[in-house]
Amino acid sequence: MIKARVTVTLKNGVLDPQGKAIEKSLGALGFGGVGSVRQGKVFDVELDTKDRKKAEADLSAMCEKLLANTVIEDYHVDIL
Amino acid sequence: MTTSAVILFPGLNRDRDMIAALTKISGKAPAVVWHTETALPEADLYVIPGGFSYGDYLRAGAIAARSPVMDALRGKAAAGSRILGVCNGFQILTEAGLLPGALMRNAGLNFVCREVLLEVVNAETMFTRGYAQGQILRCPVAHHDGNYFADAKTLAGIEDNGQVAFRYASGTNPNGSVNDIAGIVSQQGNVLGMMPHPENLIEPAHGGMDGRALFEAALERLEKNAA
Repeated sequence: MIKARVTVTLKNGVLDPQGKAIEKSLGALGFGGVGSVRQGKVFDVELDTKDRKKAEADLSAMCEKLLANTVIEDYHVDIL
Repeated sequence: MTTSAVILFPGLNRDRDMIAALTKISGKAPAVVWHTETALPEADLYVIPGGFSYGDYLRAGAIAARSPVMDALRGKAAAGSRILGVCNGFQILTEAGLLPGALMRNAGLNFVCREVLLEVVNAETMFTRGYAQGQILRCPVAHHDGNYFADAKTLAGIEDNGQVAFRYASGTNPNGSVNDIAGIVSQQGNVLGMMPHPENLIEPAHGGMDGRALFEAALERLEKNAA
């Protein structure tokens, strides 16, 4: 079995009001010097295969088809 | 008599209002099609109503857009059939790639439920021809993810092609949508997606009728009702 972590984040230049709200809240908690916060999603995926190349290809296809909306989001796949 | 079909996904909640509007304006109840169907009946207008399909899990409209029925709807879109998506229906159509861009979390982060003003930006589409160019309509909105976004190139394309059907007018943009965009049509003009709810302003009991002409146009009832 292969375990992977997929990270989906908003593309640069896409406004992230949730990240902004988190950033402000960190400031209110007294954390100084927080330049910016961008929030996103993490998917931990287990695949029934030992084939790393196939896993990478499948995960990319999953991102393109469902996990990310590539109009506004970028994705990154890490095989763990 | 014109016919319509409403596509249902689990979690939609504005379907009854939409079915009532279509029934009253076309004179015939729409066919109701469950999301697991792989074929659609013949109809003059296909509608995806609003709500929260699949609880808006992952992204608003994302799961519904990958349902079996959407391949059939893609076929209808390519064949030139009229398709209307309202609110979650708009989100589903963008997630399915039937309309450009994406609908993101409202810029103010709050769910907004209020009346806005809409400007009819293109009165020549098959959905808006019952309005005058530049006409201002009242229309309710109720959504959490209505912040329309498209990259600069896509945006320039839809503006140049006259694909912006409605804009929020007079500073009533409730969600931060780029260029105040409230509704767009596809490149061929046969698919309309909009965040506001025209089905909730179709008869005097609603407190206004500004949404009615959209359905009259889409259901080819304009001439009949005027006569």
